[in-house]
Amino acid sequence: MNLIGDILLVIGCAFIALGSLGLIRMPDVYNRLQAGTKAATLGAMSVLLGIGFHHPDWWAKLLVIAGFVLFTNPVGSSTIARACRKTGMEPKRLGKKLEIEP
Amino acid sequence: MTLSLLQLVAVALLILAIGLSAVRLFLGPSTADRVVAADTLAVITTAGLAGLAAIFDNPIYLDIALVYGTLAFVGTVAIARALEGNRP
Repeated sequence: MNLIGDILLVIGCAFIALGSLGLIRMPDVYNRLQAGTKAATLGAMSVLLGIGFHHPDWWAKLLVIAGFVLFTNPVGSSTIARACRKTGMEPKRLGKKLEIEP
Repeated sequence: MTLSLLQLVAVALLILAIGLSAVRLFLGPSTADRVVAADTLAVITTAGLAGLAAIFDNPIYLDIALVYGTLAFVGTVAIARALEGNRP
């Protein structure tokens, strides 16, 4: 039981770290939004599930936190994307650039 | 209490994630980049507070994680709405 919880913790923390790496590597606000929000949400789910395997009597609070993260994080992400779109921030187009430069 | 090897790996990955997000928070070119980085940092902090509850064996940190998640969500939505400008 503890081994399953530890493996879930490592998987979740790896997903969170890869999402933060995407936050550094991606070229654009929209791509950074995708990488940061979705990978970090999945990683947080896995971390909470792993803690639930370690302490089975905390499942109610962990379920409340997991549901809260699962419902509020896409709302915040879409609100930021909507604000970027409304202020006229253009997505980066790699294809057009390759067409023009050579 | 002592942590096992896999738990130490998990803590190291979480610290790496916090560092990478903080780099994007400090040198993001636009304000939206910083808001995205702060949102990601809030999720990482929520997961980290839940892990802190497991480390200290004290379920009061789960309540702190829930309240922190609520306040971070309200702050993110407020800043995004303010970035959007004045609407009718």
